[in-house]
Amino acid sequence: MIVTMNSADFSTEKPRPSHFQPRLDERNIHDAWSSWNGYKLAEYYYEAEYEYFCIRNTCGTYDICPMQKYFISGPDAEKMLNRMVTRDVTKMRNNRVSYVLWCTDEGRLIDDGTIFRLADDSFMLTCGSPSTAWLKKSTLGFDNVTINDRSDELAALALQGPTSCAVLKRMGLEGIEQAKPFTIHHFDFLGDSLMVSRTGFTGDLGYELWIKAELALELWDAVYEAGADYGIHPFGEQATNMARLEAGFIMPGYEFNEALKTVHFEHDQTPFELNLDWMVDFKKPHFNGRAALLEESRRGPRYTLTRLDIEGNKPAEGSFIYDSQDCSRDIGYVTSGMWSPVVKANIALAMIETPHLNGELWAEINYEKELRHYSKVARCSVKDEPFWAPEHARATPARDY
Amino acid sequence: MKRYDAIVIGAGHNGLTNAAYLAKAGLDVLVVEKNDYIGGAAVSRELHEGWVYSNCSYVCSMMRQSLHRDLDLSRHGLMLVPYLGTVNFDDHGNTLMSYHSEAAAYNELKRHSRHDADAMFRLQADLGRYAQVIRKTLLRTPPDPTSFRIRDIQELLFLAKQFGALGQKELYEYIRFFTLSAADFLDDYFETDIVKAAMASAGIIGTALGVYSPGSSYILLHHVMGDVDGSIGAWGLARGGMGAISNALASACKSFGGEIRTNAGVDQIIVKGGRAVGVALSSGEEISANIVVSNLDARRTFTKIMDRDDLPPGIFEKAENFKIRGSSGKVNIALSGLPKFNNVPDNPYVNRGGQAFTGSMETMERAYDCWKRGTWSDDPFIESVIPSAWDPTVAPPGQHWMSNFIQYCPAELADGPWTPEKRDQFGQTVVNKLERYSPGFKDLIVHMEVRTPFEIEQEVGLTEGNIFQGELTIDQLLFNRPFPGYAQYRMPVKNMYMCGSSTHPGGGVSSACGANAAREILMDLRRPNTVPEDDCYDE
Repeated sequence: MIVTMNSADFSTEKPRPSHFQPRLDERNIHDAWSSWNGYKLAEYYYEAEYEYFCIRNTCGTYDICPMQKYFISGPDAEKMLNRMVTRDVTKMRNNRVSYVLWCTDEGRLIDDGTIFRLADDSFMLTCGSPSTAWLKKSTLGFDNVTINDRSDELAALALQGPTSCAVLKRMGLEGIEQAKPFTIHHFDFLGDSLMVSRTGFTGDLGYELWIKAELALELWDAVYEAGADYGIHPFGEQATNMARLEAGFIMPGYEFNEALKTVHFEHDQTPFELNLDWMVDFKKPHFNGRAALLEESRRGPRYTLTRLDIEGNKPAEGSFIYDSQDCSRDIGYVTSGMWSPVVKANIALAMIETPHLNGELWAEINYEKELRHYSKVARCSVKDEPFWAPEHARATPARDY
Repeated sequence: MKRYDAIVIGAGHNGLTNAAYLAKAGLDVLVVEKNDYIGGAAVSRELHEGWVYSNCSYVCSMMRQSLHRDLDLSRHGLMLVPYLGTVNFDDHGNTLMSYHSEAAAYNELKRHSRHDADAMFRLQADLGRYAQVIRKTLLRTPPDPTSFRIRDIQELLFLAKQFGALGQKELYEYIRFFTLSAADFLDDYFETDIVKAAMASAGIIGTALGVYSPGSSYILLHHVMGDVDGSIGAWGLARGGMGAISNALASACKSFGGEIRTNAGVDQIIVKGGRAVGVALSSGEEISANIVVSNLDARRTFTKIMDRDDLPPGIFEKAENFKIRGSSGKVNIALSGLPKFNNVPDNPYVNRGGQAFTGSMETMERAYDCWKRGTWSDDPFIESVIPSAWDPTVAPPGQHWMSNFIQYCPAELADGPWTPEKRDQFGQTVVNKLERYSPGFKDLIVHMEVRTPFEIEQEVGLTEGNIFQGELTIDQLLFNRPFPGYAQYRMPVKNMYMCGSSTHPGGGVSSACGANAAREILMDLRRPNTVPEDDCYDE
């Protein structure tokens, strides 16, 4: 008997299409897909390195529809967020964006994200993983706050790279070059509101565009028409990961394990371990994890996330870090590593036991050459500055290229 | 008057590299440059408003990564962007596209010949093996095979070990390879002309050899041994044009305290008591220094800016006989739009990289025959790149510029010297050929810069406009470059050195010559070596 699969139902397993899916399908000529929060997400469209260079040399777009988007509003919204995250939300002005972290009572990092202050009592919180349950918990004691999960209703597109401002200008977004980093602006788009924030995850000049899902394809087409002369190209997860590592941004699954999903004791991280001290504001009133973080800030973090410049050109992905060349005692591990084409350096982020930071650091790097495995020990030096932080990424007015 | 520790003559990329390393080691260094701009043949100039040409060299793959990294050239503004998708055009309207993806490249070759598609794997492996050995010599001073100094013997052993690791059969092949013609070499792999021609064109670029001339197979290797970020054989564009490389090197040099003076052409290297003691500028000004480093080619250095009587017997003659024949021209064209070429699929990834108008093996050889007779072919080999398709900084949005490298173009014409009229005729020949492959091309032209060997010599200073500062044939390679006995950057006059492409490892924007020369100078001064090793040893 021949079993046909005509009636089979894979709807629960199949990734969901993005709001931009028809355009993404046209561009993903190698069918290199993965998924994020159940949405189809490109690993790359043409070639990861090609797309990486679009981010650094021209511009590219990244589909951020799968990102979680929570609208938090009401008279208690500010107070509620301020108790949840480690930064001081009350200092945020309207139409500003702030990068934030939130922790468990033990001061372990649950997730990072961004808060968009849309009005005095209206915020959008974006983050990588679904967080409805934690948000609900965080409203405990606040009666006048509503949380609206609009993750599926909003389409969002990140436009990143040195020509991204020129593209938006060509699109008719007047005055966009005057937008400062971490600000929000609204433009009319086909009679609807297009929200543009000067934000991103690549360390380059860039913007994120937010619009209702029904207008996703129209937005895509307008951006690509305007970008035709500016080297625009979609980029996938792999190029994103390269760019964010050069910029020194942390990524769940690499630098941190979300606290609420961590089984083993302290296999999650704290803001201090992640070298994000500046994100924790002890001057504001009580917030989640405050006591534990205060205690940690007093005794110092066990590990410190460190930027490394490593000898040679073999990426140190997955390497142990040792305190001497003989590799007798490991003092840390690499969380992300790559050869950086624009910096021309073998860069890595590594979790290193804090007391060893000032000593020698050696990485044991395993690599393969035509089916044979090799191992080498390479000296690492600590970089205090980000690997990649070009001046044009911060300049206002933004440049054309 | 101020006395410098070292004067470097010529602010080309090797001169700047040399000066940067000397300055980094604490020397008081001055670079003097005859033009009012720096860069030599790695230069970006805006000759028409809104368009920035890489006037001479136009792509980059040999730049030593370890030097880029060590001098922190990225911080000084340098970004190298790999480009993809060169299309080869033959005489009959056929095209052969190159693809990054192995599967796509295979499919494309298979369109022409299944045999050649299969054979390409073996060619790539063989070239990869040859390139690997040569690459390891780039940032090393060639040993003198007649010397019994420990260092030379160690270096010879190093070379022997590298070559020995190839195995007996491959070693024989390699030795043969150095003297073969590109055509003979490729005949062992391929059966179709379009594939052979596409591969052979790299064997003639910049050289006064034809695809059937012995020695052209090494030139082929010289063009494929480079890499961009470990991707061997890949070529990159410098964002902002090739001048971005020189500018970054100059910025690094200045950050270490080095000085650069433009409009300061050197008339004479001053030699006293058998030692170089400074330079006399064409303005009449004399500047003294403990060391003089020439970044000019060997012919120009010894026959133009040195007194024959200051040289040991025979050197002047060696310089006069140094093979540095002009064989190529360059036509830079500003375009109002992106040209479309016949028989190229509408695929943005192959349509906007490079174009190689190879024609056929025979067309290329006929063009060489014309060169031998002192004229240019009306059907020359052209290698083109459209940098503006990748680089947003070199042309206005939506407009483009196309770099065309032409092989061959004689330095001396049979019918008398070059004139502006003849130069323009040469340019017209190139445009006519492009128009044949891209109807409507002429209507896109906004501005043109035509450079024959005459202009290249006059403006850049390269003798006969030879892009390599001397032929890359085995008689002028490794310990023979520029002359046997003088391959270690020290010249026959004491305290005088050479650092340009006339020295090992030869032409190409690699910075290796300048860096190697700096290492030798520091060694003579008994200073610690600050020039890094290459980073290709564990690949």
